[in-house]
Amino acid sequence: MASKRKYRGIDQLSTRDKVVVSLMVIVPTLIVLWLVWLPAIGSVLLSFTNWDGIGPLSGIKSVGLQNYRDIATIYPPFWPAIQHNLIWLAVMFLVATPLGMLFAVLVDRGVAGTRFYQTSIYLPVVLSLALIGFIWQLIYSRDQGLINAITGGTTDWYGDPNVNLWAALVAASWRHAGYIMLLYLAGLKGVDPSLREAARIDGASESQTFFKVVFPVMRPINIIVLVVTFIESLRAFDLVWVINKGRNGLELISTLVTQNVVGEASRIGFGSALATIMLLISSVLVFIYLRIAMKEE
Amino acid sequence: MTRPSSEAEYLARMVPPSVRGVDRRTLLRGALGVGALIGAGGLAACSSNSTGSTGVPTGAVTGTVTVGSNQSDAVPKAAVQSYMDAFAKANPGTTVKINTVDHNSFQENINNYLQGSPDDVFTWFAGYRMQFFAEKGLVGDISDVWKNITGMSDALKKASTAADGKQYFVPITNYPWAVFYRKSVFQEKGYEVPKTLDDLNALGAQMKKDGLAPIAFGDKDGWPAMGTFDQINLRVNGYDFHVSLMAGKESWTDPKVKKVFDTWAGILPLHQADSLGRTWQEAAQSLQQKKSGMYVLGSFLAQQFSKGAEQDDLDFFTFPEIDSTIGTDAIEAPIDGYMMSAKPKNEGGAKKLLQYISQPEAQLLALKADPSVIATNQTADTSGYTALQKKSLEYVKSAKSIAQFMDRDTRPDFASTVMIPAIQSFIKNPKDIDGLLTSIEAQKKSIFGS
Repeated sequence: MASKRKYRGIDQLSTRDKVVVSLMVIVPTLIVLWLVWLPAIGSVLLSFTNWDGIGPLSGIKSVGLQNYRDIATIYPPFWPAIQHNLIWLAVMFLVATPLGMLFAVLVDRGVAGTRFYQTSIYLPVVLSLALIGFIWQLIYSRDQGLINAITGGTTDWYGDPNVNLWAALVAASWRHAGYIMLLYLAGLKGVDPSLREAARIDGASESQTFFKVVFPVMRPINIIVLVVTFIESLRAFDLVWVINKGRNGLELISTLVTQNVVGEASRIGFGSALATIMLLISSVLVFIYLRIAMKEE
Repeated sequence: MTRPSSEAEYLARMVPPSVRGVDRRTLLRGALGVGALIGAGGLAACSSNSTGSTGVPTGAVTGTVTVGSNQSDAVPKAAVQSYMDAFAKANPGTTVKINTVDHNSFQENINNYLQGSPDDVFTWFAGYRMQFFAEKGLVGDISDVWKNITGMSDALKKASTAADGKQYFVPITNYPWAVFYRKSVFQEKGYEVPKTLDDLNALGAQMKKDGLAPIAFGDKDGWPAMGTFDQINLRVNGYDFHVSLMAGKESWTDPKVKKVFDTWAGILPLHQADSLGRTWQEAAQSLQQKKSGMYVLGSFLAQQFSKGAEQDDLDFFTFPEIDSTIGTDAIEAPIDGYMMSAKPKNEGGAKKLLQYISQPEAQLLALKADPSVIATNQTADTSGYTALQKKSLEYVKSAKSIAQFMDRDTRPDFASTVMIPAIQSFIKNPKDIDGLLTSIEAQKKSIFGS
């Protein structure tokens, strides 16, 4: 009796529905345009100027590619910054994230005092940045720091450009691992216990169970962890900024952008050029990531 | 140039060339003598070139005056609080709201701060940066406040004046940079104050033998080492070249600049090692703990010494002579003070507060909590000065020419994005001076050319 009505496209919707649907499309689009694309395109455009951040937009003068030329040729912190960003990404990816996952697995298995470990590993994520900077200053200070006091050494943890990046990476990993642990722990709690049970009955060892059963099941969480690691590494900034404003061995692209744009310097054009370069690097990584993610599906 | 005979004369020499054009006659000397509480209206009547908009309120002011302060260290922060409280007490119905921001952050965010919603009154420095903001219209003209200010020398007024001849700044304190040491250490070991670079080297060698780090040094924040550069440049090339170099008019590849870095490289082994991980506070504490012998810094270093006997033990001498034809009569003594934002919410209160800040009462309160600086108002009572302050006052008075500080004498973008990394890389590797100077010059051309 109920004859199959043919779908007649948007005409089928009531006026009210049409309004709702169009609002649902237009509003997010505008927000994305306003908050993401406008600033991004603005930065790219500003990177061809020498604006000092003061006065009307009409006072902006174009300087062509000069900013990019200057960055590549006469701006000494640039190449070290690129190198440091790559090191940062590698360490987060190969050390900090696996460490956080390991913590999660251990905590999930119910080591004695689980709650204590869980809290103390997650604590760094909760602490304010100023406090974290202060804590590590107490540990790393050359003359008054904990490490040198205990070991009797004179290593200049924050000042020696060969050492300070690694010192900062330890501090960053300390924070990052806690974050990853929490994410991963949530995933582990969600894995159906019957899967582990079945694996055990089939005679799988602990590590086999994890790598062959639990890990594949947790694919959505793995992807999130991957993305979080990418994002956190590329925008690595805060800790380094607290340490020494990203100078002397701790240059990162993000700190160079901030030094030029936010600081009293106000080289908005020059800083935007650096930001554009950062955008390009991120795009490459995002592109590679998307390719992998798409292929798997 | 001969030595100045009066304080006014020496201060007159610290004025940047851009404001020297201001006619002395516009100073309205008569008006300056008039008491602070005489109405601005009356003053406007007797001055033909009044530029004030609303003038300073004669009677009581009310409402809240907001103050942005970069005095974030504990000691100066208490000082700010004490004179702001005194102002509020003297003006019933007025409250002062102080927003303290970390010293360096305040400085680095100043452009955004001024273009956003700045406080009515805020801390700043004399020099290139003050004039820069005046030029950009980001700060308020307070010429009418200056008509009621007494006890400030001509030169201080000029140091508060921008290129357009109007005043934008009220000085509160200044302080010298010099080589600091502990009297007790020098006495105990029989050290003599070095007069020349050779003396300094000999003294440094002796200190090393005695197990001291000769010159305390900390450049983690990037700016303290600028002071050492300034000192050496003032001794090697003199004041005029220094100012001209800061203004971007000289080439950094000039052999004169190379000589500065060569000289510095020569005494770098006397400096405390691993300076790039050390804050100036930590370096000052090494002097305080008698682990190092001397320290090239501003007199604010006294903040790291406890009041009383320990601060009395602190003394300083001018950076030793390097070239006898240049001498040692150029020093560095930055002026700190306050400015008004372009559109203050409580203009009357703000101006009254600025006027109060220019008076000895407020300045002495500032010194009470922070005795490492000296008052700018000449009528301030110096009987309560510590030995160090009295010496600072004399030192500043006797100098022939006075620089502010590298990051106050040059473009901020050049100082922070070029000079900080450059000086730090020099400290790391003092061998490649030519390469460094070529790099600085290339960046300078790009920045000053734009």
